[in-house]
Amino acid sequence: MRWFLVLAIVGSTVLADVLQSLEMKRHGEVTDFRPGKLGRMLAGMAQRRYLILAVFFMAISFFAFMKLLTLADLSFAVPVTAASFVLETIAAKFVLKEAVDGRRWAGVGLVACGVALLAL
Amino acid sequence: MERLNRKTWILTALVVFTQAFGNFALNWGMKRQTREFGLSPVAYVEAIFTPWVAIGVALLIVWLLTRMMLLSWADLSFVLPVTSLGYVLSAVIGKLFFFEQISWSRWLGVSLIVAGTVLVGLTRPGTTQQETRELVAERA
Repeated sequence: MRWFLVLAIVGSTVLADVLQSLEMKRHGEVTDFRPGKLGRMLAGMAQRRYLILAVFFMAISFFAFMKLLTLADLSFAVPVTAASFVLETIAAKFVLKEAVDGRRWAGVGLVACGVALLAL
Repeated sequence: MERLNRKTWILTALVVFTQAFGNFALNWGMKRQTREFGLSPVAYVEAIFTPWVAIGVALLIVWLLTRMMLLSWADLSFVLPVTSLGYVLSAVIGKLFFFEQISWSRWLGVSLIVAGTVLVGLTRPGTTQQETRELVAERA
């Protein structure tokens, strides 16, 4: 049950983040932070198809995470979900076409190892 | 460029704090639930309206929105490692409020995360803006 939940969390997190990033890149840089403008932006974003799908996957990930917290400690739950780091970076390079240079790979590697160590 | 960098760091800090404190409140609230959690969503929905879980959910909504804004100009492969400082903050919160023991391996983990964050923080936040602008122009 525990590991099934971890799988559900990681899978849906990767999908949610990639879809969200894709839609925000399409939207372009947010430059106006006045509340009215932000509200209007959010209303516009709520109609984007990928973003709706992203929220759906986030909900799956969120409820699976809540369920996991009733079975395990935060110190187990948080680190294992970090398995999504490496998968997401791979997706960022090949799906989102981001320029993932040596420093980023090294940084992500260090972060993933660091998060894994937290679980010990 | 100067303005963009400041904006990036302010949003990153917001993302890190809301995530760490949101997760803390959620964990604290869920540990105080008395009912069984099965497959039915009713128990979860009821749990959301208990104070600590509600605070956690509110903070995580702010986390989601600030992260979305950050993703509008920064790469996913930049945002992910940099906002992982939230794990470090979670470890510190765990020590302060749950009196969790922090072993040497955990401190090593924290150091690796900080090192990774610094390394990624040195790169340019957005590398796809030009391309996406073209994509948007194409669609219009």
